[in-house]
Amino acid sequence: MAKEQLMPYEQAIERFEVVIGLEVHVELNTASKMFCGCANNFGSEPNTNVCPTCLGLPGSLPAVNRKAIESSIAIGLALDCQIAESGRFSRKNYFYPDLAKNFQTSQYDEPIAYEGKISVELETGERFEVPIERAHMEEDAGKLTHVGGATGRIQGAEYSLVDYNRAGVPLVEIVTKPIYGAEDKAPELAATYVRVIRDIVKAMDVSDAKMERGNVRCDANVSLREKGAEKLGTRTETKNVNSLRSVENAVRYEIQRQAHILAAGGSIIQETRHWHEDRGHTSAGRPKSDADDYRYFPEPDLVPVQPSLEWIEEIRKTLPENPALRRKRLQEAWGFADLEFRDVFNSDLLDEVEQTVAAGASPQSARKWWTGELARLANAQGVSITELAITPGQVAEIQKLIDAGELTDRIARDVVAGVLAGEGEPSQVIESRGLRVVTDEGALIAAIDKALASQPDVLEKIRDGKLQAAGAVIGAVMQEMRGQADAARVRELILERAK
Amino acid sequence: MSEITPDLVRHLASLARILVTDEEVDQLAGELAVIVDSVAMVNQAVSGDVVATSHPIPMVNVYREDVILPSLTQEQALSGAPESADGRFKVNAILDED
Amino acid sequence: MTDITSSTAAELATLIQTKKASSVEITTAFLDRMESLNAKTNSYLHIDRSNALEQAQRADQQLAAGKASSPLHGVPIAVKDNLTTTDAPTTSGSKILEGWIPPYDATVVTKLRQAAMPILGKTNLDEFAMGSSTEFSAYGPSKNPWDLDRIPGGSGGGSSSAVSGHLAPIAIGSDTGGSIRYPAAVTGSVGAKPTYGAVSRYGLIALASSLDQIGPVANTVLDAALLQDVISGHDPHDSTSLPNSLGSMVTAVQAADIKGLKVGVVKQLSSDGFQLGVKACFDDTVAKLVKAGAEVVEVDCPSFEYAVAAYYLILPAEASSNLAKFDSVRFGLRSMPEGNPTIERVMAATREKGFGPEVKRRIILGTYALSSGYYDAYYGSAQKVRTLIQQDLAAAFEKVDVLITPTAPTTAFKIGEKVDDPLAMYLNDIATIPANLAGIPGMSVPNGIASEDGLPSGVQILAPAMQDDQMYRAASIIESLYHAEWGAPLISRVPNLEVL
Ligand SMILES: [Mg+2]
Ligand SMILES: [Zn+2]
Repeated sequence: MAKEQLMPYEQAIERFEVVIGLEVHVELNTASKMFCGCANNFGSEPNTNVCPTCLGLPGSLPAVNRKAIESSIAIGLALDCQIAESGRFSRKNYFYPDLAKNFQTSQYDEPIAYEGKISVELETGERFEVPIERAHMEEDAGKLTHVGGATGRIQGAEYSLVDYNRAGVPLVEIVTKPIYGAEDKAPELAATYVRVIRDIVKAMDVSDAKMERGNVRCDANVSLREKGAEKLGTRTETKNVNSLRSVENAVRYEIQRQAHILAAGGSIIQETRHWHEDRGHTSAGRPKSDADDYRYFPEPDLVPVQPSLEWIEEIRKTLPENPALRRKRLQEAWGFADLEFRDVFNSDLLDEVEQTVAAGASPQSARKWWTGELARLANAQGVSITELAITPGQVAEIQKLIDAGELTDRIARDVVAGVLAGEGEPSQVIESRGLRVVTDEGALIAAIDKALASQPDVLEKIRDGKLQAAGAVIGAVMQEMRGQADAARVRELILERAK
Repeated sequence: MSEITPDLVRHLASLARILVTDEEVDQLAGELAVIVDSVAMVNQAVSGDVVATSHPIPMVNVYREDVILPSLTQEQALSGAPESADGRFKVNAILDED
Repeated sequence: MTDITSSTAAELATLIQTKKASSVEITTAFLDRMESLNAKTNSYLHIDRSNALEQAQRADQQLAAGKASSPLHGVPIAVKDNLTTTDAPTTSGSKILEGWIPPYDATVVTKLRQAAMPILGKTNLDEFAMGSSTEFSAYGPSKNPWDLDRIPGGSGGGSSSAVSGHLAPIAIGSDTGGSIRYPAAVTGSVGAKPTYGAVSRYGLIALASSLDQIGPVANTVLDAALLQDVISGHDPHDSTSLPNSLGSMVTAVQAADIKGLKVGVVKQLSSDGFQLGVKACFDDTVAKLVKAGAEVVEVDCPSFEYAVAAYYLILPAEASSNLAKFDSVRFGLRSMPEGNPTIERVMAATREKGFGPEVKRRIILGTYALSSGYYDAYYGSAQKVRTLIQQDLAAAFEKVDVLITPTAPTTAFKIGEKVDDPLAMYLNDIATIPANLAGIPGMSVPNGIASEDGLPSGVQILAPAMQDDQMYRAASIIESLYHAEWGAPLISRVPNLEVL
């Protein structure tokens, strides 16, 4: 497919006003599905978490999961929304093979939550208040696998296979109002907004919030209008942009693509588009047309949701701290400079550092471990840092041993490696690998004397006051001690013995 | 009063995923026009301030607890499928090859 | 011993409980009769002799071990083929489901099994219960045992012809606009549609979700009450199922007393448009009630005039959505067009081939009623008519305990007579539809033979929502007035099918 022509970004922003709107789908982490008792489980054998209801078999009926309602209300509250006195489910009718009943049960005219807002802070510290139109409940569809053809994509496939394990998993769809005024920051704002939503639902523990698993998915609406124009431009909706980076790139791409078309006197087709992260562009999907007639009507098999004020207040009490306020609190408590804090935050390590500090490590040492050695190891292993097989408690324990002089930084890294290799708790690794700082000064002195004796020229230099020459001896001594010595102490002893 | 044209019938049939021949379209257009004319009277029966009844017996807040119940086995799930492969339901390609 | 197949369910239950007959003996008697006569009545789409006998045997064993599971323990029953059963195909009268064996039992079927009632077979119906005559069944029409050239009503004509032809002592039906009551009326049997939500719909292949309700088809009011007590009750699988029990209908029947009974005759359903013999039977019912001491008054339900119109918008709308799942992917028919079609074309071809003309007509009508630009005028207005009907009924029930109407405007018509005239067909349900729109219980009881054609007529009893017991009380009173005259249920006069 030919890549479309793009207008340079700066030029596009100069000429057009960007309006974005975001729809974020959050998969809830309930034990069972939205309308049936099947497990809400990722990664099961295909079509094993299915029953007559989520398979859409004739005669089956839905029954609403109370926890899903609770989580949805909680999300509404976290987004500063009004909670509906009465919400109801409707049927959205369209045929697609991943949709078992060929209608999606979704809230349409009476969403559970509406009229909210959320504050989003960009990397520069600039703040935007994103207006939330609604948060409504719906069910996920099954998963299609496209077989045949070159790419495994839907285009050119010979046939498709359907697994309904995901069908009926509860979703909350959060829809913003049009967001104006972000100008050149629109792509970054879009990505940051999605991130804020992800952080909130993760902190609330209503979703596993793993974007790579599709727990949080974004559809991005973009439209442009000439600066000063009243009328909104025609928008496109880019579907399923499933990483923060993709959100930013897809919005930027759409701005440039639409700008080129509009500048050339063309018009934008209202359509859904698909983002291809690998190729860095969007492609046209289905145009919106008269054929999009979903024939919504109230779901006759379900009764209205009318949460009592008491219930809502009970749910409000379970809400965790607002993530933005939490960030402010943690930065103050840890005494981090802005850059240091952003480093932790941008690496998604607030929880880890907080827990490591809680387990007794100093904030700075906790930060260094997580953003340094552990980030490096995760990267080398090709896993996300939270998937590393080490806990904040273990990190804090190792740090305590360093602080007590029982481990050097160097030995500590070996301990970490042992923990990651599954050799047990830090103490067990230290025991079994025999890792401990050599505190027996007799052994150290013997090693130093031996090293000095074998390097008489170095000894001369030290005696001449060229103290940096001691480095060469330190290396030899550390090698002799298999690294298990405190380098600072070795240096002190060398200078003493050289006198 | 009704505007059941053959084109409308064709559009409705495509929304409803039912293949229709031209003869069927004409026949359905005729039949539907008669039916629609006779049911359109509901319009005159109601004024704006009447509320709609979607459920005959008013109930609210009916929930099940978030508890996992037994699912079907994969074999049971696929037992009625016209075609399946790899534990999944098999369907023809979704898009036409271009 | 009395003739088994002409006994009521209550009589059979007594035979079983007093060990005068076993469930196996009784079930065998019905199976024998089914096997010799079903070719004439086409009541059953599926009969599995050995499976039925196995269930009967189990019922006998349980009883021998001292365990009676229900007042109908061991009494065999016929089940409408739009209820899912794991041990028998479930077609809903459609080619699109031919041969489908569901992986789960409907809640009502589970309750029948728990009550130790052997299932004799699955009964015929208009395709997806869309019809009033069973002529729209993809498997051919059922015949009325009173006259095999006539329809047994619909959509539950399989169950009504089975019960009235003594091919089953009792049966399960479903009623969306009269599909239990209308067939009961034209076959001289008793049929009850409970309050919406009294019986779980889980496993009932949905026609119109907000109108559908399962209920009994029987020889007598007591039999119907016995069965309603077995199948009703809350079901967590059905969110619209009533949370609380409505009490025992058997008790309501047994305690039925005419003293103080106030009966309303619905003005809009008592004069025009009824066959003369049907009208005469109805007038006779009113006269009998008055004579026996009931207070009978006329009540006005002006919005009933719009009921059929509202019904034929709501039903197709909900049905168009309910029937969308028949798409050739997970179950049922798949029809492959020539060439290398997309799944979209496979679905469209399958639905073209698998659905009959009435189903397509209603799906397309419903799609229209819901489509953007028409929703408010059609579906929305129809839902408002429901409110008006409920208001009319509420006002009427301020004055009376129950309402009565003729169940059907005519006696059973000839097969083929109305099949090409959808509007004429739709009017058969003119008296039964309001109960479905309002969710209230309704029941049909035989009230005589129309003099002009010698065919049975029925009277419909309507009661307020949740007051099914009032309906059974009145039905029992009316039935006893007639039994006093006839000496037996009307069905005992059904012609001898063996010689027809
Ligand atoms: Mg949605
Ligand atoms: Zn399920």
